[in-house]
Amino acid sequence: MSNEDNKKVILKVYRTNYNKDDSPHYDKFEVPVKRWTTVLDALLHVKSYSDSSVGIRYSCRMASCGSCGMKINGRPSLACYTKISELKDDVVVCEPLPNFPRIRDLVSDFSQFFSHHKNMKPFIQNDKVSLDIDDKHDLVEFEQTHEDVDKYLQFSYCIRCGLCYSACPTVATDPKFPGPQALSQAYRYEADSRDDSKKTRFNIIDERHGIWRCHFAGSCSVVCPKGVDPALGIQLLKGHMLGLSKNNKKLSNLRTKNKE
Amino acid sequence: MALLRLRESQITKIHYLTGILSLFAVAIHIIFRLIMPFGQSLSYENVVANYQNIFYVILLESILVLISIHGFNGLRIILIELKQSHRWESTITILVLIAMVGVIAYGTRTIVIASGL
Repeated sequence: MSNEDNKKVILKVYRTNYNKDDSPHYDKFEVPVKRWTTVLDALLHVKSYSDSSVGIRYSCRMASCGSCGMKINGRPSLACYTKISELKDDVVVCEPLPNFPRIRDLVSDFSQFFSHHKNMKPFIQNDKVSLDIDDKHDLVEFEQTHEDVDKYLQFSYCIRCGLCYSACPTVATDPKFPGPQALSQAYRYEADSRDDSKKTRFNIIDERHGIWRCHFAGSCSVVCPKGVDPALGIQLLKGHMLGLSKNNKKLSNLRTKNKE
Repeated sequence: MALLRLRESQITKIHYLTGILSLFAVAIHIIFRLIMPFGQSLSYENVVANYQNIFYVILLESILVLISIHGFNGLRIILIELKQSHRWESTITILVLIAMVGVIAYGTRTIVIASGL
């Protein structure tokens, strides 16, 4: 059995309960780790064998749901996507995500973050298509080329984990700022050839605490676990709004489905 | 007040434009200092002579206006990020506008007096 198989690390977990006026402190746990152990595995080990009261939020364990975002050794990361062996440290510090109101231990409140996302109307809007369809024969589909899809594809990989929002220095000082996630989603729909509600979204983000408060720190793109580049989306959106660049969007044609 | 109703994208356009233009204007201003030894270019006679040159006066006034607009808008942006309330934002915008107009007016007065226009 190699030394690596017996390796143990110290897991320092931020503990508090704001509902009980519990003062913040760190609890230390010794956790056995393998080469493939993730921070989430280690936290679940703590919950199973050391302290079941540690508060964490998680679900899919495969970087798809975006639930287990936390600050790991000072950097916003997904616990299920961060291997302890890759941190190259014998002490792993887990803290709740910055820029989010905290609920308990590593669990933070996402209501404000989701509200910013919702404000962007993150769905296809097209005046030619009615949203109230009673008859399935009235369903229509859009024609899109691969090039049309490429314009927004990377932004559609967003899993709303909130890491970019927690890394954003503007959000830290201005909670009214929509944040990189919401703004990149605004770009995602602006670039989508099926969507024709450019003006509505521009009016939402073109205000005092809107897109222009982004100082292009770029930390949002650095921490994204899905390879999305929100900073790029924001800059492209700024360019479109200033008229410096054009999307050259040709709205997709509607194709009525063949009646069965 | 029309200025208070400008959209942020319109203000940003003005901000970027004044920033770029002031770069050129300041560059010309610096070149004026380099056409002769630096100390000599700032001697009393030379400075007064510069003020008598109408093109130089226009350049100085441009620098004053461009940098005031750009700088005071930058200050407004920093200040409105500090607090998030409509009242604060409007107050800051009005105060910054008044300060900007004040600085431009005072600077223009100096330029006009020195140039003897």
